[in-house]
Amino acid sequence: MTRPAATRSEAVFTDFKHAYGKPQAIAEANRCLYCEDAPCITACPTSIDIPEFIRKISTDNLKGSARTIFESNILGMSCARVCPVETLCVGDCVFNHMDAPPIQIGKLQRYATDAAFDAEWSFFEAGPDTGKSVGLVGAGPASLAAAHELRRLGHSCTIYEKREVLGGLNSTGVAPYKMKADRALEEVEWVLGIGGIEVKTGVEVGGDLSLEDLEANHDAVFFGAGLGVDRFLKVPGEDLDGVHGAVEWIERMKLQELDLSSVTSAAVIGGGNTALDCVRELLGLGVPNVTMVYRGGEAGMSGYHHEWDEAKREGARAAWRAQPVAFEGDGAVARVRCAVLDEDKKPVEGEEVLLGAQLVLMAIGQGKLGDMLSGLDGIEVQWGRVVTNDDGATGRAGWFCGGDAANGGKEVVNAAAEGKRAAQAMDIYLGGQN
Amino acid sequence: MADLTTNCAGIVSPNPFWLASAPPANSGDQIKRAFDAGWGGAVWKTLGQPIQNVSSRFAATNYRGTAAIGFNNIELITDRSLEKNFAEIADVKKHYPNHAVIASLMVETRQEWKDIIKRSIDAGADGLELNFGCPHGMCERGMGSAVGQEPRVNEEITSWAKEYSTVPVLVKLTPNVGDILPHGHAAQRGGADGVSLINTIKSIIGVDIDRFVPNPRVGDQSTNGGYCGAAVKPIALHMTGQLGRDPSFNIPISGIGGVTDWRDAVEFILLGATSVQVCTEVMLRGYRIVEDMIEGLNTYLDEKGFASVHDAVGRALPGYSEWGNLDLNYETKAVIDAESCIGCYKCVVACHDGAHQCIDPATDGSRVPVVDESECVGCNLCQIVCPVPDCISMVEIANGYEPASWNDHINDGAVIRPKTGIHH
Repeated sequence: MTRPAATRSEAVFTDFKHAYGKPQAIAEANRCLYCEDAPCITACPTSIDIPEFIRKISTDNLKGSARTIFESNILGMSCARVCPVETLCVGDCVFNHMDAPPIQIGKLQRYATDAAFDAEWSFFEAGPDTGKSVGLVGAGPASLAAAHELRRLGHSCTIYEKREVLGGLNSTGVAPYKMKADRALEEVEWVLGIGGIEVKTGVEVGGDLSLEDLEANHDAVFFGAGLGVDRFLKVPGEDLDGVHGAVEWIERMKLQELDLSSVTSAAVIGGGNTALDCVRELLGLGVPNVTMVYRGGEAGMSGYHHEWDEAKREGARAAWRAQPVAFEGDGAVARVRCAVLDEDKKPVEGEEVLLGAQLVLMAIGQGKLGDMLSGLDGIEVQWGRVVTNDDGATGRAGWFCGGDAANGGKEVVNAAAEGKRAAQAMDIYLGGQN
Repeated sequence: MADLTTNCAGIVSPNPFWLASAPPANSGDQIKRAFDAGWGGAVWKTLGQPIQNVSSRFAATNYRGTAAIGFNNIELITDRSLEKNFAEIADVKKHYPNHAVIASLMVETRQEWKDIIKRSIDAGADGLELNFGCPHGMCERGMGSAVGQEPRVNEEITSWAKEYSTVPVLVKLTPNVGDILPHGHAAQRGGADGVSLINTIKSIIGVDIDRFVPNPRVGDQSTNGGYCGAAVKPIALHMTGQLGRDPSFNIPISGIGGVTDWRDAVEFILLGATSVQVCTEVMLRGYRIVEDMIEGLNTYLDEKGFASVHDAVGRALPGYSEWGNLDLNYETKAVIDAESCIGCYKCVVACHDGAHQCIDPATDGSRVPVVDESECVGCNLCQIVCPVPDCISMVEIANGYEPASWNDHINDGAVIRPKTGIHH
């Protein structure tokens, strides 16, 4: 498997949320009320039995704890680190209702799953061979979760990935203070450890491998290709050196060594979670002035407020109600010229903001890949997303979809849930017993 | 401020808090520091023929992150020479004339009892405590609980002590008996001025599941020890109350067993103890805990209008009755406060699995459980498991029935209400 360079830029980061040692983990586990029909379970897209895995930590049944987690979510190790727990399980902990600190579920899940990785425990075996074959597009969380579940059910799997690096955004997109690429790749290996999942890298479906051939080669197809390239504003100066798509830049930051020595000011365009990641990453990499440029106000940003609060503590600035109208500079970007927007996001006549920036990251969304499939009869694509039912089935027999390609861009845990659920539906489609 | 001065069986101390005969009362230097911290008295680590101890000696039981809710030891009586102990007793009394020093004693023959009592009194002890309770080691040599479990021997040795002693004599009772009453009465018949109870409970506190040997481990062996600490309080309270309410038992009680704070002390006092003794909590947290005990007791006595500790002694005894006298027509139901409920459903699962299946999940999306009052038996389990203070109340129901106990029902045909929660 292709490994990222040791000198890559992300290597400077340490975990912003520290890992628990055993005394902390047991103390926190003992605080858990062990609720019945617990709200934290409902809040988890993969429905991990959280009170149960926490109780097992408290009794030092660490192996059982990890098994409980992975039984629901095979990507439980990365989810423990990257999930926005503040808005999911931890946010719904009943302690919030009595002004007591909620249980640190993410840290406890990390404690149990890291232990499983360290000890190299394996919990799952492939099911008896069904003779059926599934092709999966993309090697990100959705496909990995789907493939693992399909293998438990006895179907053979082939994953097609256009990159050389596996893991999708878990490897190339997660903020490095949550998880670095090498850890994501260890998880990929761990998932593939069930055996029987063939991985073909450097294969672009729709190019190197036609959709027709893909369909012909397999009994069912899972489309987990994620999202497309970064969007741009289509304003003057976007072709200047130093203006980058956010996702593209993050990927290079995680896998390569970037030279930021000449950057004293950076602007991140957008108000979503990718923008927030960029802001915190740039600050962490030592860029002194980092400004988030968002066309709305602070309350209206789509990024998580707990992340923005952290970014502010780290020194982030923001230009609210600012809309870039031009990137200026002599060959390389030097300034961002912004219109000032009113409450209705209409430009205010005669008002402008000019920000100095030697680096600009465009975090205003990514293209959707659903249109790749729009030529296939029966597959419906809306706003670039592949339309599925609750089980991930598209309107074309044997074609399933999950993760960002279907949900438009959510969390790793959503991709893991959708991949697993689709795998179970595919098993029924393939005539299995599930 | 209430008067905390206590006279327990003729032993006067500035407050009712005594160190129990145990490691915290092993030497003069320790006891001086304890008195400086505020302890009113100390029962010296048991004196007798000095012994040789094992290593290790202590082990504890933990529960959900709380260390040492129960504690156990296989340590024996003093391992220091009697000469040194008596010299230190004299020195402590010289510097702390108003504090109570009680010599705990354990020897075998009548002559030995006579000698050690004389030396104790000569050293200045304010009282004696006869250790008839130690359940490990010493009992294998015919002392400690081997004496305490035989009322006849207890009475006889007590009468020897009374014969030789010019200071009050307490008899320390063992809980390792089926019924404490004959043993308290034996001490009373022997002439004891008071009893102290409980000593430790015979126990194996745990097993090292990797080495396959009980704890505390001495090489590859262990033995049963004496159980104490917070977890034993209910047993000690029961035995204190048994003696406290017995109309023919008329000597003072020094309460021991799981006292960790002023609340525990008050409970012992209300069930008939005049002084309370503490060991384990001091071993775990030091002499300094007495500051809060004194303050807390003082505030409690003031708030209840008691002028002195003695006014509170035994105040809960009239309420300690027999099951057959309890009012079967007294009825409570669980009421959940929707405002403070956090929706954990601990009461739901506890009631369904451990009680009477009468608390159900909410059906309105609120996660405030619903109590089926027609099935609720008022058992308290939901209130016990609820993590929110005062969220679940057990509310008395006016059911229209006159009070009636089982005894009233059997003897006088009193009418008792229909049963609830039996799932007809």
